[in-house]
Amino acid sequence: MDIFLQQIVNGLVQGSIYALVALGYTMVYGIMGLINFAHGEVVMIGTLVTITVAGTLIKAGMPVALAGLAGMMAAVLVCMALGWALERVAYRPLRHAPRLTPLITAIGMSIVLQNLAMMVWGRNYLTFPSFLPNMDFELAGAHFTAIQVIIVLVSAATMGALLLLVYRTKLGMAMRATAQNPAVASLMGVNINRVIAAAFVIGSALGAVAGVMVGAYYEIAHYQMGFMLGLKAFTAAVLGGIGNLAGAMLGGILLGIIEALGAGYIGDLTGGFLGSHYQDIFAFVVLIVVLMFKPSGLFGEKSGDRA
Amino acid sequence: MQARLSVIALSVAAVFALSACGQKEEPKPVAAAPDAKPETVVKLGHVAPMTGPQAHLGKDNENGAVLAVEELNAKGMEIGGAKVRFELINEDDGADPKQGAIVAQKLVDAKVNGVIGHLNSGTTIPASKLYFDAGIPQVSGSATNPKYTQQGFKTAFRVMANDVQQGLALGEFAAKQGVKTVAIVDDRTAYGQGLADEFKKAAEAAGIKVVATEYTNDKATDFKAILTKIKSTKAELIFFGGMDAQGGPLAKQAKQLGVKALFLGGDGVCTPEFMKLGGEAAEGNYCSLPGSPLEKLANGPAFKEKFNKRFNAEIQLYAPYVYDAVWVVAEAMKRADSVDPAKYLAEIGKTRYDGVTAQIAFDEFGDLKGGAISMYKYTGGKLEYVETLGGGAVATAGSEVKEAVAEVKDAAKAVAGAATAVGKEAVSDVKDAAKAAAEAGKDAVKAGAEAVKNAADATKAAVDKK
Repeated sequence: MDIFLQQIVNGLVQGSIYALVALGYTMVYGIMGLINFAHGEVVMIGTLVTITVAGTLIKAGMPVALAGLAGMMAAVLVCMALGWALERVAYRPLRHAPRLTPLITAIGMSIVLQNLAMMVWGRNYLTFPSFLPNMDFELAGAHFTAIQVIIVLVSAATMGALLLLVYRTKLGMAMRATAQNPAVASLMGVNINRVIAAAFVIGSALGAVAGVMVGAYYEIAHYQMGFMLGLKAFTAAVLGGIGNLAGAMLGGILLGIIEALGAGYIGDLTGGFLGSHYQDIFAFVVLIVVLMFKPSGLFGEKSGDRA
Repeated sequence: MQARLSVIALSVAAVFALSACGQKEEPKPVAAAPDAKPETVVKLGHVAPMTGPQAHLGKDNENGAVLAVEELNAKGMEIGGAKVRFELINEDDGADPKQGAIVAQKLVDAKVNGVIGHLNSGTTIPASKLYFDAGIPQVSGSATNPKYTQQGFKTAFRVMANDVQQGLALGEFAAKQGVKTVAIVDDRTAYGQGLADEFKKAAEAAGIKVVATEYTNDKATDFKAILTKIKSTKAELIFFGGMDAQGGPLAKQAKQLGVKALFLGGDGVCTPEFMKLGGEAAEGNYCSLPGSPLEKLANGPAFKEKFNKRFNAEIQLYAPYVYDAVWVVAEAMKRADSVDPAKYLAEIGKTRYDGVTAQIAFDEFGDLKGGAISMYKYTGGKLEYVETLGGGAVATAGSEVKEAVAEVKDAAKAVAGAATAVGKEAVSDVKDAAKAAAEAGKDAVKAGAEAVKNAADATKAAVDKK
């Protein structure tokens, strides 16, 4: 039983990371129907910027926790600028192009960002400075650390804040209006360019936060770390119903838990026929089954009221 | 207008990125000497992952090859009456078998004179068929999967011990640590899986029980799920077949989960990077490397210094092996007095080269003869040499071994003398005396064996110096 509990904890934390990244995908998709494949790379750049800034500050003698916070602030600012620039340079000119064009552009931007990061930070793995004292908790036989608790709390808080933003503020209303019908929204006086830019900037800021969490959790970073993470987060967003904030959160956590349980039990369930490297099969079988019965994902709406 | 502008910006960015990819530190060709001698250009292909999670190891390999080629060109070799200039063609296989075959075809089409690489067994094995079909000699400095040289391709060589030898050494070492149960994790690559299988065989033969076999992949970062399962089996040792980029985090996450098992791995995790990534979790655990430690080899420290000076970087793992591989090919060309693959191929098999990493000679399969395996312990953020298992150390023993044997004989005599003395004094209790004598004799033999081993090491170092 303690093993089962431990797997749930593992999955919950992994899932919360997926959820944080998935929120970035889902926000942009919700408003303009674009899958921003470069989002994983924004996360990666968030991690790497934090390492550079916090590392330099720690060397200069700043207390570790403060340096970590400063690094995170820097990462959020850099990623916001990056998100804005991405939208301005790569996506805005293609807004009226067929849907496939911005998709390919997004993949292209992802490769460009990876290579830029490789030039700036090099090919080696970087170690993330440990900001938190190594606190271990044990509950009913399951081990967890302070950072794991923080990750789950941060992603829950972020989702809450986003829901507030979308449903309780003027900007949120403008976002929902843009999602429903950009042309009509702009006739009603909504500045579409500003709303879309805001979605990118906010999504990228979330990406930066996710990047810091990933870095602090695994304590390693690499210029290609964003790729797989982005793919998994995208899967989570689709599972939950892309375009829906609560869906992204739920999809992420579900995916994380399914993966952990899959890796933990698939060998025993199949009598050793399938090993733990088939854990992704578990996740994707669930995805396929969900999409068969609910093509728009668990929380996806058929049309209109996205974001 | 706006669209045009950003399209331009995009393409500028793309070109920038592309040129960055192509920007490799290829050796600046030395300006041809003004004398009228004809110059032959020898194209050597070098393949390693330059992108992806193992890019740091790929760069390390490339640096080893670059260093060798620069030295060869500075030395100015003459083959077949013409001055030769070596040119390195670096290709990136991304540690991906499909990509490995594509770049291999590219090198075949470019009519390279020889190939150094690839880094990973998984890419080396499929590529070796293409090189064999084209008759291009291939020397890998790091592909350790036994299959590579067992396919009957006479173009395939490696300058490092293979995983049968390594797995055996690791299994025996684990048994020596008094471990009873082991959990095996591999990354499902040709290298990781091959090493894990060989380890499993050796461990089971040594009486260790394999309580769990788990898998991951060579891009994974999260291992908590499989580690949780391993924890439930209470294995005393976790063996990992894979590379440092996964091994480090795996060791760290095991510690976070409260797994008490020891960690053991092969050459893929015997790197500074592993300790950087594993942090405290690496401390006190063991890994193995084919060959003997660089600082124990005659040319090792000099190579390290050269390397650090030239690249301003530490050696990660295979750079010295790749360096040797380039020299092996160049020396074979020199002996054959030809750069034609068909002509110098036969000479590679006859190699007797005193390299940085070993006395290089190949057996009939193209494997390194008498490949030794060294065990290391992660101590204080450094790899501490523990011992060398197997290998041809004893075979090359010279006068020092004789001395050692004499020492052993002397020791035995002394012990025997002591034993008889004891025997005389304690006539009443002959049995005890005999026992004591046997004990003493045993110790003497042990001490003798130690002495032989030390002497052998010393001899090897001496031979290497020569």
